[in-house]
Amino acid sequence: MAVENNQNLFSALIQLGDDALILSQRLCEWSGHAPTLELDISLSNLALDLVGQATLLLNYAGEVEGTGRNGDTLAYRRDHNEFRNCLIVEQPNGDFGQTVLRHFFYSAYALPMYQGLAKSTDEHLAAIAEKAIKELRYHFEYSSGWVIRLGDGTEESRTRMLKALDWLWRFIDDMFVEDAAWSDLVDANVVPSRKGLREEFDATVLDVLSRAGLELPAQVWPITGGREGRHSEHLSLLLAEMQVLSRAHPEAAW
Amino acid sequence: MVGSASTDLAVKEAQLRAVLAGVPDPEIPVLSIVDLGIVREVSDDCVALTPTYSGCPATHVIELATREALDRAGFENVSIKIVLSPAWSTSMISEAGHKKLREYGISPPVDRPGPAECPRCSSQRTQEVSRFGSTPCKALWRCGDCQEPFDHFKCH
Ligand SMILES: [Zn+2]
Repeated sequence: MAVENNQNLFSALIQLGDDALILSQRLCEWSGHAPTLELDISLSNLALDLVGQATLLLNYAGEVEGTGRNGDTLAYRRDHNEFRNCLIVEQPNGDFGQTVLRHFFYSAYALPMYQGLAKSTDEHLAAIAEKAIKELRYHFEYSSGWVIRLGDGTEESRTRMLKALDWLWRFIDDMFVEDAAWSDLVDANVVPSRKGLREEFDATVLDVLSRAGLELPAQVWPITGGREGRHSEHLSLLLAEMQVLSRAHPEAAW
Repeated sequence: MVGSASTDLAVKEAQLRAVLAGVPDPEIPVLSIVDLGIVREVSDDCVALTPTYSGCPATHVIELATREALDRAGFENVSIKIVLSPAWSTSMISEAGHKKLREYGISPPVDRPGPAECPRCSSQRTQEVSRFGSTPCKALWRCGDCQEPFDHFKCH
C-alpha cells in the first residue's frame, strides 16, 4: 500500500514538476529577444520562478521514487514520452501575445491548484506549494494585465490575441485531465481535484477575456494526452535543446 | 549546573548569530542574511535557512558562504539545513535591514498599498516602471520629484 502511494505521489509530482520545467524552458527562449528590455527581464524572472518550483518538485519526486534519480536526472535523462506536462506549456511561444496568453491560462490553472496543494496532507508538498503561491500570484497579475492590455489595445494587437486564443483554446481541457493516480491522491487529501478547479478557472478566464474585449472562440475539438506522455513534436525539439549538453557530457561537473 | 549549561548554550547561539550577521546577501551585499530574515532557526548544532524565492539563484551561494563563515569561526560541526515552511516574506526583513536598504538606494518593501517611497528624496510621487527589475525580488520605479529611477524591494 505504501509503495502504491509512493507511485501515485511520484506520478503527481512529475506532472506538476514537468509543467513548471517545460514552461520555464519555453520562457527562456525569450531571453534577449523580447520586445523591450523590461519584458525581457520579466519573462526571464517568470522562468526563474518556474525552474525553482520544478527543481523542488522533481527533487522530491526523485526522493519519493527512491531509485537514486534526482531533479537533474529527471529533467535531463528522460525522453519525450516519459514527460507528463500538459500540452499547452510545450506549445511554441509565437509572438509575445501568444506567450502571455499561454501564461495567463497556465497561471489561472496553477494558482488555485497550488492553493489546494498548500493544504496537502503531504507536508513537503504543502511547503513547496506555499512558496509557489506567492510567485504564481505575480504570474497571474502580470499575464492577465497583458492579456487585457493587448486584447483591448490596437486593431493589430487584438487580431493577434484572437489568433492566439483560437490556437491555445484546444489545449485547455488537457490541463485538467485527472488520471487514476491523481484521483487516488485526491481521496487521500494529498492533491486537490483537477475537475474541482475547473469552475473557478472558467470564471477567471471569462472575466479576464471579457475585460480584454475578447470573445470566447467557437467550440473546438480538444487535444489531450500530455498527462499520458502523448506529446506534440514541439516537445521533442524543446528537449533536444534543453538536454543536449547534459547528454553529451553525462558526468560533467563545473 | 543547569543554569550554566543553558548559559553556555545562549552564548554559543549568540556567537553563531554574530557569525551569520557577517554573511552578506550576494545580490544585495549591504544586507546580511540576518537582516534579510532568512535565518529561520539557530540552535546549538544547526542553522536553518529559508530561500527567498523558489528559483532564487542566490540560495546556493548563501548556503556556501554560510558554511565558509561557520567553518572559519570554528563551528565546523554546526550543520545547515534548508527549510521551506513557513515561506519567507518581505515582512521578515528587519528594521535595520530597511534602513540599510534605503541608504543603499533601494526602496524597502511596504505592507500598505500605494506608491513606494523614493530612497533619494523620500517623495511618494513615484511610479512603477516595471514589475520586474534587476533581480527577482526587485521592481523598477521612478521618482516624479527628483526624476531618478530606483529599485523597489517587492512586497512578497
Ligand atoms: Zn526622489
